[in-house]
Amino acid sequence: MIKIQNLSKKFKDLVVLKDISLEIHKGEVVAIIGPSGSGKSTLLRCINLLETPSGGQIFIKGKSILDKDANPEKLRKNIGMVFQHFNLFPHMTVLRNMTYAPMVVNKLSKEEAEKKAVELLAKVGLSDKTYEYPSKLSGGQKQRVAIARALAMEPEILLFDEPTSALDPEMVKEVLEVIKSLAHTGITMALVTHEMGFAREVADKICFLDDGYLAEVATPEEFFSSPKSERAQQFLDKVL
Amino acid sequence: MDLDFGRVIPYLPLLKNGITMTLKFTFWSTILGFAWGVVLSLIKVSPFKPLAWFGKAYTSFFRGTPLLVQLMLIYFATPQLVGYNISAMEAGVLAFGLNSAAYISESIRGGILSVDKGQREAAMALGVPKLWIMKDIIFPQAIKNILPSLVNESIALLKDSSMVAIIGVGDTLRWAQQLQAKTFRAFEAFIIAAVVYYVLVMALTSIGNELERRARVSD
Repeated sequence: MIKIQNLSKKFKDLVVLKDISLEIHKGEVVAIIGPSGSGKSTLLRCINLLETPSGGQIFIKGKSILDKDANPEKLRKNIGMVFQHFNLFPHMTVLRNMTYAPMVVNKLSKEEAEKKAVELLAKVGLSDKTYEYPSKLSGGQKQRVAIARALAMEPEILLFDEPTSALDPEMVKEVLEVIKSLAHTGITMALVTHEMGFAREVADKICFLDDGYLAEVATPEEFFSSPKSERAQQFLDKVL
Repeated sequence: MDLDFGRVIPYLPLLKNGITMTLKFTFWSTILGFAWGVVLSLIKVSPFKPLAWFGKAYTSFFRGTPLLVQLMLIYFATPQLVGYNISAMEAGVLAFGLNSAAYISESIRGGILSVDKGQREAAMALGVPKLWIMKDIIFPQAIKNILPSLVNESIALLKDSSMVAIIGVGDTLRWAQQLQAKTFRAFEAFIIAAVVYYVLVMALTSIGNELERRARVSD
């Protein structure tokens, strides 16, 4: 589904990603972990071109997304993203947040879009918030709406950029539950997270990033019980 | 003290025309100022450098020269330059609109930059085209943030509209000037004009407050 080849990313003189190659298969859940500043978010943001890679190639469903004639807007329709700080549109109700892009981008009628939104809100347990503005929601509720908003576009790929890092501890679980319910339903997921327990439970594959290098790719069992690289060992000693 | 408001009463019906003129002026220059100000603000945040430069130079000129000079330039020089016999009304609306656009565009530019960059990214990630992101996501939030300064701008326009009396437009101040000339009652004439402007400004202020209250429903 996603094939990354020798990807690199520079911000001016700062090299954030170095020679990353990684393949993510359809329906797979991949957790990207590593110390802060290791390039996790940047890697994720390259996949939907919120960051433009400096070198290398990214193929999605066999097509290069860096070709001159590739259209980023078209690409992003198929890749949902959930942000650390939710980024709901504050001037729109929850319902409008969810129907806006499907109507503007996918040309759904208002009825179709609202029907879909109402279904998804029920799925994330927020039917009673349909007509509220985001400012009336808790952090956990905002993030669940943000996930539902991404799903409303019916993407094949879903990217999570530290979805629980900005939440109060008691709200982390409700968001993780929602993410878990999506895993292995056919949607391909890449997740940058600091929740090691969750990564271990949900992911098919752990990618450990260190200082811009993809230091290790392993199954959760392998990675958490006997990491191959010394850096991963040190990292796990610190966080577990 | 020599006060005689009685002498002024026969002229009060004419004041209505003056007030209408003042309001008409404020209305059209606000519309022009806002519309052109929106375009200018987009020009200023444009990645295309010559456009952005034009926006900067425009603002610099209109903020760096007196409004009255701009008004006279437009009113007296237009016939000479393009041969069009511009009316005082047109010249006034044009001068105030062009001038106010310079200020409004700065406010809007600031408003646009004040919107969290996560908003743009979230919309981009949903595949929303650039123009729509600006129109539906960034712009409404920018306008909401700067609503108080937009209301102030419109109040400034209302007061500055009194300058058109100088080029002979029959607005509120012009009425007072004529009244003074006919009755030799300066205080009565100008204090009435002052009260009229004050009442209009207060009305505009309360309209502005109502707009802000409505914009806050999502807070």
